[in-house]
Amino acid sequence: MTITDIPRAPEAPEAPPAAVRKSPARKRLVPYWLLLPGILWLLVFFALPMVYQASTSVQTGTLEQGFRVTWHFATYWDAFAEYWPQFVRSLVYAGTATALCLLLGYPLAYLIAFKAGRWRNLLLVLVIAPFFTSFLIRTLAWKTILADGGAVVGALDALHVLDVTNWLGWTQGDRVLATPMAVVCGLTYNFLPFMILPLYTSLERIDGRLHEAAKDLYASPATTFRKVTFPLSMPGVVSGTLLTFIPASGDYVNAELLGSTDTKMVGNVIQSQFLRVLDYPTAAALSFILMAIVLIMVTVYIRRAGTEDLV
Amino acid sequence: MTDSTNTGGDVRLSGISKTYGSFTAVHPLDLTIPQGSFFALLGASGCGKTTTLRMIAGLEDPTTGTVHLGDKDVTDLPPYKRPVNTVFQSYALFPHLDIFENIAFGLRRRGIKSVKKQVGDMLDLVQLGDKAGHKPHQLSGGQQQRVAVARALINHPQVLLLDEPLGALDLKLRRQMQLELKRIQTEVGITFVHVTHDQEEAMTMADTVAVMNGGRVEQLGAPADLYENPRTTFVANFLGTSNLIEAEVVETGTDVTVTAGGGKLRLPADRCGADTRPGGKLLVGIRPEKITLAHADDAGAIADGRNRVTGRIVDTSFIGVSTQYVVDSPAGTALQVYEQNIERDSRLAPGAEVVLHWNPAHTFGLDAAQSMLAGTVSDAGVETVEDAA
Repeated sequence: MTITDIPRAPEAPEAPPAAVRKSPARKRLVPYWLLLPGILWLLVFFALPMVYQASTSVQTGTLEQGFRVTWHFATYWDAFAEYWPQFVRSLVYAGTATALCLLLGYPLAYLIAFKAGRWRNLLLVLVIAPFFTSFLIRTLAWKTILADGGAVVGALDALHVLDVTNWLGWTQGDRVLATPMAVVCGLTYNFLPFMILPLYTSLERIDGRLHEAAKDLYASPATTFRKVTFPLSMPGVVSGTLLTFIPASGDYVNAELLGSTDTKMVGNVIQSQFLRVLDYPTAAALSFILMAIVLIMVTVYIRRAGTEDLV
Repeated sequence: MTDSTNTGGDVRLSGISKTYGSFTAVHPLDLTIPQGSFFALLGASGCGKTTTLRMIAGLEDPTTGTVHLGDKDVTDLPPYKRPVNTVFQSYALFPHLDIFENIAFGLRRRGIKSVKKQVGDMLDLVQLGDKAGHKPHQLSGGQQQRVAVARALINHPQVLLLDEPLGALDLKLRRQMQLELKRIQTEVGITFVHVTHDQEEAMTMADTVAVMNGGRVEQLGAPADLYENPRTTFVANFLGTSNLIEAEVVETGTDVTVTAGGGKLRLPADRCGADTRPGGKLLVGIRPEKITLAHADDAGAIADGRNRVTGRIVDTSFIGVSTQYVVDSPAGTALQVYEQNIERDSRLAPGAEVVLHWNPAHTFGLDAAQSMLAGTVSDAGVETVEDAA
């Protein structure tokens, strides 16, 4: 606004000078006003509960006498010492489910992005279609799918897949239900769309001419995928695996409905400590330990994947 | 300078065509591109030039016909097995790889381990030695373009295909890159096939230009030959500007005499691409820079034997090195004349009565059955007259 000798438009001088002076200040405030709802939301539903949980985790007492903050950090160690198997199980189940989601989701996302043509939108709707049914009902449906003596179990048995999974300890005898495999199946199924959608988005963004350029430069289709397509889809792989792994590691519904006492995940422990045992400090401490573990793993993962290098 | 004794590396297209559903992008086409030449496919968008190029690269399967590189039939080879590399229109550099790895890509795919020296030499050739570690998005358009050329050239392809490689650059940079590419081509001696819609670009760079229109090659030849002896109205209008005048043949000999707008014009018979029987119709063509403009008062001073057309100036525009005049005459409206600004006659202003005169040897004749507007801006170059040529 340093040019002074430009003749003003005839309408301009009518504006009151006060309003002209006021507007820059108002402009500066606009971003804060826009941020306000989000900040309030975070304060009320994220920051305050976190502080509350943190304080709960260092309290001692009983339900009858009430809990008091005594800075009893030993709860953390005691909780971890007692429930570390569930932590390990959570991470193994969530990790396996994430890997399975990637293996199932990548080819599908690739197909939708590059080969589907006019079926693309229909296929995307089909990916999201399960969300029209409740999460609980879909998980319960897997109870029927994997039912003892059912078609799926029968087929797996006939194909001797169960022999392998029994040997690996994923299933027991001729049962799939109430085994680790059932829980991992449920997790994989429930989180698959969260893998497919980010993968699709990043694959779809890849310029088709890059594939042509790779082919032109002596790369066979397999090499083109390895050297061009896959590296360029890394942002999708990273966000897909995070969107799958993080919620799956804290999940308890699949283990509750499809598993047994031997397949309890840390989510089940937290849930029962909060709602059945009513040992709030232990439940809160477990929640924080899980959060810390996931945060560390995710940080290491993102550093390793080097997504900041990608455009 | 093409070496006619060595045809081992020629690109030969025989009866090659491409159709998409009911749309024919390229009509059956025969074309031989001599080894070591700089060949341009010139035409407006949608004329089939890029499709032709992509069929040579293997990125498009021809509907009919074959592609030979030297004696080898490569029609059914996938692109990654052809000794051909492409510089893509938008460069298509790999965004996740740095400049060094982009250039080394082709070498690595062919299993060459020690690429450092070759990539270094190539970076020097395109003057980007200090950019090896940069990512493509950190480079300017001109630099990206040079990387794209280097990435293709390092493989020493038998043929380098360039698909509008300069399209995204601004005018000044384009001119610079045109000379640069020409220099590189002379240096490495590889056959270049260059697709462009810019006639000036095609003429500056190429040894041979094929003008394409509506999926067909309209005319093929050296730039000067195409410019001086267009055989169709499309070529006459698309390459530079031509004044086309409808005329009727009066007399035929070594020179053809025609009448147009009441005046007589002469042109050499061997520059007539049409039937020259007396009474026949003809389009007489003359390039604007070949015409000299004289004020009507000085008409007496014009030498005998020159073609003359009288008219009135309707518009002039001064563009520094020359002045462009638009003249209406009984023979035709909106005739273009370019006069060098050596001695400017102040009487030559809109409204002035003038005489246009030129050496009959510069006149060419075209078949009158074609559209006079083919290849002009208003025609947009997408239509062809079915019975042209």
